[in-house]
Amino acid sequence: MTGYILKRLLSAIPVLLGITVIVFAIMALIPGDPATAILGSYATPENVEKLNRDLGLDKPLVQQYFIWLGNMLGGDFGTSFSLNRPVLDEVVERFGATLVLAGTAFVLCSIFGIVAGVISAANQYGWADKSITFAVLLGISIPSFFLGMMMILIFAVKLRWFPVSGMWPIYGDRDLCALIQHLTLPAIALAVVATGVIARLSRSAMLEVLRQDFIRTARAKGVHERGVIWRHALKAAMVSIIPVLGIQAGFVLSGAVYIEIVFQWPGVGRMLVDAILKRDILLVQGGVVLVAACYVLFNIAVDVAQSLLDPRIKT
Amino acid sequence: MSITSFTRRGLLAAGTALTLTFGTLTAAQAQTPPGVLIVGQIAEPKSLDPAAVTAVNDFRILMNVYDGLVRYKDGTLEVEPALATDWTISEDGTEYTFTLREGVSFHDGAPFNAEAVKFNFDRMLDEGHPFHDTGPFPLAFFFSSVESVEAVDALTVKFTLSEPYAPFLSNLAYPTGLLVSPAAVEQYGADYGRNPAGTGPFKFAEWRANEAVVIEANPDYWDGAPELQAVVFRPITDANTRTAEMLAGGIDLMVEVPPVALSEFQGETYTVHEQAGPHVWFLILNAKEGPFSDKRVRQAANYAVNKEALVNDVLEGTAEVAAGPTPPAFAWAYNDDLEPYPYDPEKAKELLAEAGAEGAELTFYVTEGGSGMLDPIAMGTAIQADLNAVGFDTKIETYEWNTFLGEVNPGLEGKADMAEMAWMTNDPDTLPFLALRSDAWPDKGGFNSGYYSNAEVDELLEAARVATNQDERAELYKQMQTIVQEDAPWVFVANWKQNAATSERVENFSLQPSFFLLLDEVVKN
Repeated sequence: MTGYILKRLLSAIPVLLGITVIVFAIMALIPGDPATAILGSYATPENVEKLNRDLGLDKPLVQQYFIWLGNMLGGDFGTSFSLNRPVLDEVVERFGATLVLAGTAFVLCSIFGIVAGVISAANQYGWADKSITFAVLLGISIPSFFLGMMMILIFAVKLRWFPVSGMWPIYGDRDLCALIQHLTLPAIALAVVATGVIARLSRSAMLEVLRQDFIRTARAKGVHERGVIWRHALKAAMVSIIPVLGIQAGFVLSGAVYIEIVFQWPGVGRMLVDAILKRDILLVQGGVVLVAACYVLFNIAVDVAQSLLDPRIKT
Repeated sequence: MSITSFTRRGLLAAGTALTLTFGTLTAAQAQTPPGVLIVGQIAEPKSLDPAAVTAVNDFRILMNVYDGLVRYKDGTLEVEPALATDWTISEDGTEYTFTLREGVSFHDGAPFNAEAVKFNFDRMLDEGHPFHDTGPFPLAFFFSSVESVEAVDALTVKFTLSEPYAPFLSNLAYPTGLLVSPAAVEQYGADYGRNPAGTGPFKFAEWRANEAVVIEANPDYWDGAPELQAVVFRPITDANTRTAEMLAGGIDLMVEVPPVALSEFQGETYTVHEQAGPHVWFLILNAKEGPFSDKRVRQAANYAVNKEALVNDVLEGTAEVAAGPTPPAFAWAYNDDLEPYPYDPEKAKELLAEAGAEGAELTFYVTEGGSGMLDPIAMGTAIQADLNAVGFDTKIETYEWNTFLGEVNPGLEGKADMAEMAWMTNDPDTLPFLALRSDAWPDKGGFNSGYYSNAEVDELLEAARVATNQDERAELYKQMQTIVQEDAPWVFVANWKQNAATSERVENFSLQPSFFLLLDEVVKN
């Protein structure tokens, strides 16, 4: 098992190097440069040239790439032009906020998705199945940013149950209660689509398993139906549900961009969008590399979890 | 059905738990405290170092923390004393000697004196200054005519310019001319932008990244302590979310209300403030080649565009029709006799026929957004329809803002016939000087991307920039506006009215034509 994990980790290195090349090339290729973005209307060729020199952007691209890569390996991700602070501080802080949001949404969608799928499958074609299937279809069809705006309008502006935006209150303690209050709407808005997808796939995975012989054996032995479903069948179905969870985790992370903008959540997705618009090269590059690294690691973790659950997967 | 019975029980438990949680959580949304003004800003500031920033969003905070030697008189764009109590200008217009206000200290306790003023300008302009590396200072070129700054005595400072430069005083009132504490720069170095100290009505208190910048009242302010105890600036980039925060009571003052959201703030509970500013929205026409090299075709475009409809329907009344290249906010330099080109499609058709340019194909550069660009896509399509209605054949090409600037600033030659553009300046000199002179063509480092050239205009602009007498300057600028309007190097479209909404708890607030946000008189109950 250790060898398998090590092998997977080593194979991640070329992937990450490739990502650094791609993100660097994209930022170099898109038109517009940071000096023009900073100077706006005042971007005369002369001013742009001087500012680029001050920012260290007048060197050849290949040299810039290796300076950047070298600094990064030494833990120095540079300083953001648009925020005037170290890229690493900004990204870590923002990524933390995204993880809180996406993590909560992921837990919500996993629990509700699997439970809904199991109930659906256990009552195939019954009223519970039909209403869950309908709700799932509805959930999958609503764009999350629209859902977010509607939730703001109803629960924050009209009913005033929750704050409109942000992660912490401007006044008052930064305790768990305050966080949950700010987290509830964006986490639900983010979780809805993924919940639907997971519920659908859990349902079909469960239906598949429930048809198998060992379930019949379990029932014949007189195992209580609750035990059959939740202990025997679900455990077997999890093998096909977990990879779906892995993929959905990725969707939740990328979907967080829209939700972060609508709810002004100080996360990494919103940071990247702002940084791209401002041509904040180092912030975009550093942010993408760090997020990609986390994503790669998460995928490895999912594969490892799967191999632990299913001995048939070769380690 | 044991499964469902289990679920029902589970649902009941979960429901009870949720209800209990909400019960504690929703214990009333905290109301914002009196004396503390919460401002909804459009973005996270870059830095609180006035020499290092370029965005109006950052200026809104800075103007309350710092002072300059001079400032704009309330409600105008005319200069009045601030940290300098008076000044003299030498006969030839190259020496400005300021007498400084006595007994003023920076928020960190450092004294304000002539040495501090010298430190500020040397830091920005002298590449050999020990703290020049706390930049870059993108707008330092506002003071590029400053040759030297000399501390004559503790309260007298003398600026020597390389040539007479009339906008100098006005530039000193701009945020780039605000004065920072030398001691704080020495202490924090490159981190000064997050640890600022000025002399203004409010002191910096706290910057929580991506959440809020908090400033507190300076009880020792030389111009009288402010009414508010503190101001909190919250970055809320999405305009819809900003509107929702305002409606939910999460902020007390909202800047840049989107035109479509204005109707939300009608009635007793809110006040909508409007103020025309030094802004002009126009179309650059390529006068070097193609149909617009003929003056009649350029005039035809000015007659063809229905500017009233643009400002009333597309911009929902958040702008006024522009008559010429100079915004009316520069009251002293604005030519009141100018009437905007009327909307007259028939006249446009006549001019086109005269010039033999019916059916002329036009490439029109439109941007997706950008500073001061208002609603550029909707405006672009409306303009396209107006132009096509009189016989042009207009094709739109849309670019994201930075890409757009990269295409437009180097000049339209060989690429396009027209492009959208907007400018906001702090004096009537900068825009025409950088965008209408023959010496400001892109290959000479200016912004005259449409290659307009008129020797008479060149002369007027050069003369106005060095004249030190304001009446003389006004006369020169008025003549310039008449000629430029007739020559029509641009389609003059709109002057933006900046807006803001305040809740009923806010009093004494007004917007300034400079577009700065001044909060020292504001009261919040």
